[in-house]
Formats: sequence, structure tokens, C-alpha cells
Amino acid sequence: MSGIPEVLKYTEEHEYVRSADAENEIVVGITDYAQGELGDVVYVELPAVGDSFERMEVFGTIEAVKAVSDLFSPVSGEVVAVNESLEEDPALVNSDPYGEGWMVRLRVGDPSDLDELIDSEAYRAIVEE
Amino acid sequence: MSQTPFPFLGPTTPTIFERSRPGRSGTSVPRPDVPTRPLEELIPARHLRASPPRLPEVPEHEAVRHYTEISLKNHHVDRALYPLGSCTMKYNPKVNEQMARLGGFAGLHPFTPAEAVQGALGLMHELGEMLGEIAGMDAVTLQPAAGAQGELTGVLLMRAYHQSRGDVQRRRVLIPDSAHGTNPATVALAGFEVSELKSNEAGRLSVKALREALDDRVAGLMLTNPNTLGVFESAILEISELVHEAGGLMYMDGANLNALTGVARPGDMGYDIVHFNLHKTFSTPHGGGGPGAGPVAVMSHLEPFLPLPTVKSDDGVLSLDWDRPQSIGRIHGFYGNFGVLVRAYTYIRMLGQSGLREMAEAAVLNNAYLSARLESRFPLPYGRGMHESVFSGTELKKQTGVKTLDVAKRLLDYGFHAPTVYFPLIVAEALMTEPTETETKEELDRYADALLSIAAEAESDPELVTGAPHATPVRRLDEGRAGRELDVRWNFPEG
Repeated sequence: MSGIPEVLKYTEEHEYVRSADAENEIVVGITDYAQGELGDVVYVELPAVGDSFERMEVFGTIEAVKAVSDLFSPVSGEVVAVNESLEEDPALVNSDPYGEGWMVRLRVGDPSDLDELIDSEAYRAIVEE
Repeated sequence: MSQTPFPFLGPTTPTIFERSRPGRSGTSVPRPDVPTRPLEELIPARHLRASPPRLPEVPEHEAVRHYTEISLKNHHVDRALYPLGSCTMKYNPKVNEQMARLGGFAGLHPFTPAEAVQGALGLMHELGEMLGEIAGMDAVTLQPAAGAQGELTGVLLMRAYHQSRGDVQRRRVLIPDSAHGTNPATVALAGFEVSELKSNEAGRLSVKALREALDDRVAGLMLTNPNTLGVFESAILEISELVHEAGGLMYMDGANLNALTGVARPGDMGYDIVHFNLHKTFSTPHGGGGPGAGPVAVMSHLEPFLPLPTVKSDDGVLSLDWDRPQSIGRIHGFYGNFGVLVRAYTYIRMLGQSGLREMAEAAVLNNAYLSARLESRFPLPYGRGMHESVFSGTELKKQTGVKTLDVAKRLLDYGFHAPTVYFPLIVAEALMTEPTETETKEELDRYADALLSIAAEAESDPELVTGAPHATPVRRLDEGRAGRELDVRWNFPEG
């Protein structure tokens, strides 16, 4: 899966949000566009399970050959899982950003935060600007 | 095409600690020619270690072999072209080293009184005057230890200037999107806010964007010239005028001065402040080869704020001037990296006025030749630069899947240092090459041939390139983790 899938929600900071199997939980990663702009990802620094973040708080950093960027939490919530595979193979963010390159799974603290996310059309407009 | 066009560099070298065996020693230290006193009498007990440090124990020839072996695996400009764009990796003439090692310079104690070091102070004074002339500016500090510290000094001067005028609302510094990352970092460190300006389609600062950004909150503009694309900011006079009209100051990042030395002067372009990278333009070692030096030149209205101390001359008698009430203070211990200043002084004196101009002209000519040889295969989105060009690997990536990073890694197999990649950020798959004036046509051809050969390999055998390097002791390293999980300690095995 690449491009800007319609089923996902986005932030203006190039994170995507996918609903997880469990209720009130979401999966967060960075978009295909973001990984393409960053180039080869060499390191992803992720939080610990149990950490809590406010909406748009920095939850980690991503380092690529070109630049280091902050990762922003799309909603307030608590980390219930992190993608440990990225420690060994950060390039998964490049090869499969929406699948195996996911970053964290969050339990949503305030469901109204989800309304702040933008849809694929609005995200496409940002990318094409 | 063989797997490794350049000889295999051999397996990794064990550390000097692993060569160590108890009791072996390299050399005997001569007996001192002055009376000795026990250490405990000289240094307070709380500063003394309980036991001596475990240092590697090897005979002299083992130490020599160890470092020779490492140097053969290292890439340095004594070995081959070092095309790292924006870094000006020119050859460092050996005469620089000879001068820096003269006993009267190398053996100086920093506390020696001024009357006993007139020669050293004279060198600093004269170097300051020569740099001022090259910059077309009025005063120089030699203190900053590197380009980034020169930038910080320059921006602190900017701040002191505005503060002295009560113009304290000026908090924004404008920086184009092509700038070195150190520019915004410096601005943030100095307590200012960064405002990014977009470049236009020619790769130059957009005058329109500048006009829109200027107001009475702008402290100044930081503008590299030629910029990081190697493109000369041809609207510089208009830009300077606009910034000055708005009450701001003009700062030039002197990283690319190699293109202009002896040809055009920042002061004449309307800049108020410029920093030099002696380790780039003036051939002092860098890239792990030694400390740098980042002197800063200013126009007269900024002179009172220069760091302490400066060298002053009263009828030819030189002294250090500490009585500068408006100074931003000290920014380096003692007097800057003095040994580096000796090397740069030597270089400037060896070339002379006309030689410096020829240096810049040859640097631009070399880059024009290299660009002409490469541009059919590696397009130049912003055209040929002056002393450096930024190629794009986007087309190659689309055609073959081989990225700029792979091309850079494969260059190691050809015996070259990799160029700068993925910078400036406004060029996709950027590959930034700066040959400098050092190289002969033959060496430039060898480098161009290598890049063209790699482009051909990308088509015929992409895995060869994406799997590179093959000739080095180690292959691709985990750079991200290496930076975060540094392991630089050695523990001797017990016993």
C-alpha cells in the first residue's frame, strides 16, 4: 500500500492514523509521502509502552540520510505497543509505511481529538502544495 | 567491470589496545634537565588518580605500523580527490606544517608576556589585516575555533549591535531554505527566531519573499554567497540595500569564499559581517585532520563588539587589547587556534594577491569542467555552480532504482571519498561535488569517469551499486545506531 489511502486519517505533520482491531485504539506511522521525502530511514526512536502523550506532543524521532524529524502524536493517549521490528530494520518505514513500518499503537485518551485529524483529500492538498 | 576497481583495503585493523602486551614499551623518555619534584608536592591530592591509567603498551615500530595501516585505509586528500561539496577539501601544502612547527611558534606558552612574543602577535595582526582586505571589511577577530563558532560570534555581534541601539525588538533572523543547517542552529542558540525564506526557481534568494519578510523585527539576513547550490546571489546589492533600509544587518556565511577570493569582496556587496573558514579556503587541515578556525570580519560599526582580546598595534609595538567595554566577551580560551592561524598565514603569503585570485578562478574552472563532463548523466536542476555543483540522482533512481546514497557508497570502491549527498535540501537525491582548484585535469577525468561508470553499472548490474561498498574493510554501517549507542571504551581483559 502506498500513496495516500482514503481509509486513513492524517495530520499536517505527515503522520497517518489507522484504527486498530481493539476498540479505542489506533496505529500511527508516517505517510508514504513523508518517507519518500526523508529518504532512507536509518533510525526510529520510539517511546516506551505505558508512556502518555498530549495531542501533537513529540513522541519520538526519525532519522534519515537527509534529516532528523520529530514524530507527533496525532491524539492524546497512552502507548500500548511499539513496533520493535524498527529497531533492527528501520527501512521498513520506507518499504511499507502503512503496514510493517507502523510505529506506535495508542489508546486514545480523548476521542474528540480524532475529529481534529484530516482526511486523505485534505492531506493530498497539503502534499501537492 | 571488476567488483572493486580500487584495491581491497583489507580486513578491519585491531585497536592499539588489542596490540598491547604488559611490559612492552616504545621509547625511553630522556632524563629531565631540570630538578624534579614529587607529583604530590605539585598537584593537590584530590586531583591525583589513585592508580596510573592503563595505556596500550607497544614497542615503537608496532605503534608506527598500527597508525600507518589505519592511514592507508583512511581517505584523505594526500591520497586522492576529496569531492565533499561545501567543504572545500583542498590540498594542504606541507610548507604550512613546516611553518606551524617552527619552535618559536610551536613552543610558545600562552602566558608569555606580549613583549616576548612580538613575532606571534605580528603574525596575528597581519593575518587579521589580510583577511580584512580579502573581505573588504574594517576589523577582524581571529578567535572563533570553527565555522559554526564564527557564525555564533557573528550573530552575537549582530545582537550586541542592536542592543547597543536599544533596538531590542529585533528578534528574527532571515535564512534562505538552501542554507547550511548551522545557520538556523546558530540563530536559535543566540536566542533569535529563524524565519525561512524560499529560494526562487533559479536557486537564488527570492527578493519578493525577502521584501515580504522584512519589518522592524528583523535583526538581519544570513546569506551564503555563492549559496550552497554554488549559485551567485546576483541580486546581492539590492538585497543588502533592502535589509539595511529595514534596519537589519547582512551576515555572510563564508563557507563558499573559495569561489570569490581575490575576485569579489563581501564588504563591497553590502555585507556587515562575514566568517571565514580557514580550514576550507585557506588550506588548513580539517575533516578529522585538526582543529579549524573561523575568524570573523566586520564593518566598522560592529568593531566595538568584537570578542576579547584583539591584537592592537601602537607605533609597531603589538599588544593584546582587553579594554573593550562593549565587547561580547571571550568566545575561546587564550587566542584562538593559533597553529591554524600560522598555516593560513603561510598559505596566503605563499599565494600572494594574484595567487589568491588564480586559486578562485581555478576552483571555478575545475568545477565547470567537471559539471560539463557529468551533466548529461547527472542533471543539474539549478545549472552549473561556481566552485561546486549540485547534481540530482532523481533520473537515475527512476530508471534503475539506484539512489544517490548508493552512488556515493560505490565511489568508495573507486578510491574516492564520497561527495556530499542529500544536501542542500531543496534538491532531490542531491549529489554535491566540489573539486577545488587542487586537482589536475587527469584527476578530474578519473573522478568523472568513475561517476559515469557507476551510472552504467546502475543500469547493467544495479545490485553491484546498491550493495556497495565492496572494497572497504566494513560494508554499510548502521549509522543511526552508531550515533546513538556510542561504544568508545576499551576494557582490558582481566589478568
